[in-house]
Amino acid sequence: MADKPIRNFLRYWLGAIALVCGLAIAPPAFAAKDTLVIGISQFPRNFNPNIESMLAKSYVLAMARRQITIYDPNWKLICLLCTELPTYKNGRAKNEKTADGKDGIAVTYSLLPQAVWGDGTPITVKDVLFTWQAGRHKQSGFGNSELFERITSIDVIDDKTFTLHVNKRTCDFAGISGLELLPAHIEEANFAEPVEYRKRSAYETDTTNPGLWYGPYRIAEVVSGSHIVLERNPKWWGQKPAFKRIIVKAIENTAALTANLLSGDIDYIAGELGMTVDQALAFEKRAKDKFDFEYKSGLIYEHIDVNLDNPVLADIRMRRALLHAIDRNAINQQLFAGHQPVAHGQTNPLDTVYNPDTPKYAYDPKQAKALLDAAGWSVIKQGIRHNAKGERLQLELMTTAGNKSRELVQQVIQSQLKQVGIDLRLRNEPARVFFGDTVSQRKFPDMVMYAWVSAPQNIPRTTLYSTQVPTPENNWSGQNYPGYRNPVMDKVLDDVETVCEDAPQKKLWHDMQRLYAEDLPALPLYFRANPFIMPKWLKGVTPTGHQFTSPNWVETWTAE
Amino acid sequence: MFRYIAGRLLESIVVLLVVSFAVYGLIGLMPGDPIDLMVQGDPNLTPEDAKRLKALYGLDQPIIDRYLAWLGNAAQGDFGYSRNHGQPVLDVIGSRIGNTIFLLGISLILSLAIAIPIGIYAALRPYSPLDYAINMFCFAGISIPPFWLALLLIILFSVTLGWLPAGGMATVGASGLLDRLEHAVLPVAALTIASVGSFTRFMRASMIQTLRQDYIRTARAKGVSTTRVVTHHALQNALIPLVTVIALSFGTLFSGALITETMFSWLGMGKMIYDAILGNDYNLALVGLMIATVLTLAGNFLADIGYVWLDPRVTIASRADKR
Repeated sequence: MADKPIRNFLRYWLGAIALVCGLAIAPPAFAAKDTLVIGISQFPRNFNPNIESMLAKSYVLAMARRQITIYDPNWKLICLLCTELPTYKNGRAKNEKTADGKDGIAVTYSLLPQAVWGDGTPITVKDVLFTWQAGRHKQSGFGNSELFERITSIDVIDDKTFTLHVNKRTCDFAGISGLELLPAHIEEANFAEPVEYRKRSAYETDTTNPGLWYGPYRIAEVVSGSHIVLERNPKWWGQKPAFKRIIVKAIENTAALTANLLSGDIDYIAGELGMTVDQALAFEKRAKDKFDFEYKSGLIYEHIDVNLDNPVLADIRMRRALLHAIDRNAINQQLFAGHQPVAHGQTNPLDTVYNPDTPKYAYDPKQAKALLDAAGWSVIKQGIRHNAKGERLQLELMTTAGNKSRELVQQVIQSQLKQVGIDLRLRNEPARVFFGDTVSQRKFPDMVMYAWVSAPQNIPRTTLYSTQVPTPENNWSGQNYPGYRNPVMDKVLDDVETVCEDAPQKKLWHDMQRLYAEDLPALPLYFRANPFIMPKWLKGVTPTGHQFTSPNWVETWTAE
Repeated sequence: MFRYIAGRLLESIVVLLVVSFAVYGLIGLMPGDPIDLMVQGDPNLTPEDAKRLKALYGLDQPIIDRYLAWLGNAAQGDFGYSRNHGQPVLDVIGSRIGNTIFLLGISLILSLAIAIPIGIYAALRPYSPLDYAINMFCFAGISIPPFWLALLLIILFSVTLGWLPAGGMATVGASGLLDRLEHAVLPVAALTIASVGSFTRFMRASMIQTLRQDYIRTARAKGVSTTRVVTHHALQNALIPLVTVIALSFGTLFSGALITETMFSWLGMGKMIYDAILGNDYNLALVGLMIATVLTLAGNFLADIGYVWLDPRVTIASRADKR
């Protein structure tokens, strides 16, 4: 029916469209070798180091700032911006009494003499004082104010030396990574109206101002949601970094992230903010010869919280039986190729306070069955245990929907528990509902699986202390979601904070881990690992496994 | 005409108020608030910190009070501050809306440029091998999940052939239209393939129906050429259903294409609104969705005007009189 003019029209029309598309196709420009392009899966929401904590922000700021103290890759506390850590021995830490007669402590720090902001202004005690005053202000919008509240006054010794007077004597007094310095010469004016500070801070309004940064790199360009360009800081006092520029690109979808890596659009996927272990393992099979893969386990502790208000689970024999029935080693080997070590408690074996003699629960279905029998679940009907009242042993395990790793683990646990006669039902919710409602208000009937992120030598007060159980009366504050209450544990948690002599403190740490393993308020599963996928030419990246990310040593990264 | 426009404007204001309240309320009903999300990401935040921050951000107020405060400020042109981006809402949207118009505008034009002639061609030869081939192409485009299509395009053109960048909107440090076009090719292709199928099917069905009309048969009987029958007699009427579809998709043109934007790291409205809702960024989510609503309403209004232009039997006056 179509006549020749229509056919010709269509031919030319489609030809023109193809030409337009074709014209736009040309080989992409690739970054030169003096530039390192890093892919991460999140974009920082803001750049002020004191307003809201976020991993993507910590990752980027680690290249452009230096905290006063941090933990190094060997999990030892070190000075980055100070000359030496305060100790009683070197006289920089001295016990004192507070005005109201409590045990306090005075700690003295000296900032590095050569430390300057990116605009050449020296970093001085003036910056420390301004940061402290801003942190104490109720309307400044600072996230964690506990450290600022604990510091009651600051003595200025000289331009670079200051003494903090702290109203609580704790053993971790030397670490002040929470005191994130702000440049007083820039930010003081923006703090004129504290309630507006989070909007007016130069970190948000003038992010590329060199005077905000004092690391090996400074932020030179920000395209919100897309990328951040960091350039060498000419005022940096330390080792000159090898790369002239570092571009951090945010690509949220992990499939797109790997495609970008393969196409050369990015050079390296950050372990701290990239892929999960199962995704990296799948990718490793395809691209083993092109990249170096390193899996670093750390402080992300995957576990199952048990609702101790549930009479079935309140029985310690039941909790021990559950742990004996789960083959955590097989889960690690089969699902994660052995990269996510089995956890026997919440303290990582890499931590200096780890107790190697903590009781461990090996996979032992026989023992699990015996414990279940002893707990009264001895009648087996159609493969499922029942008690004398005829009640079926049915439990529910909840986790975050869409998290493939957790959903896989959940299914394995379901099948392993079935073998000892436990009917495990799975029910998952979006992370937002799961954490925002079910976990935080203890609405789970039996068990929830998720992870805790902690720090080295972290005292788990908020998760284990008896007053930290969220209730309607305390407006659901606290993170002791299992509802664990043990006065002995409370005492240990109190003491471990204040008994600082080596031997007694070590004993307290060991007691805490032993109690945790004996009482099992949560069932430990494994420590999550971060997969670092690096080009073979990139050297010097040292994964840490804790919250102080690898770019804190970015000046040691080289291209070989 | 004036009464009609005034009536439509009044309707639009009511719809916008209802939508703004519904969106604000629905986000507020979601479990957790921005500070709860903050607490999850920072184990060092104490309950006291959370309480202080909630008061500072006004989250300790009842949702109706918060909504009325927002409405009052919005009426004065202050749309607030985006929590997710650390910038005023209008600045964030200003930087995104252009990207979305660029991406979805090109894709829409390209889709129509392909779909209209192909649809006509298929309608002129219904049930021919070529028509079957076009239909197959259309159904494939409609059925392929956008996520998978995007990935396929990246793997083929970026990873295997190395012709095009895998994502982003421009090479960092580069400027120029060509570089921007290079980055737009794959997302535009993904969106076009996904939408061209449905547009073609609409065009084909509408044209087949029009070609069966008596006046077309009369024109043919008078010896008018097929080209003239199609372009002068059938096309205008056949376009009416397509105009409805385009008008309905006008809102999505500005609210973006979430999956395509995510896969290609394209900074558009879709991803921004999605993140704003998930991150409890009330101000940004509200304004983003309001813009989409306004544009959907505007699209429908333009479609009504378009009907009048395409079909002389339709008049605005008669529609207004019926109210």
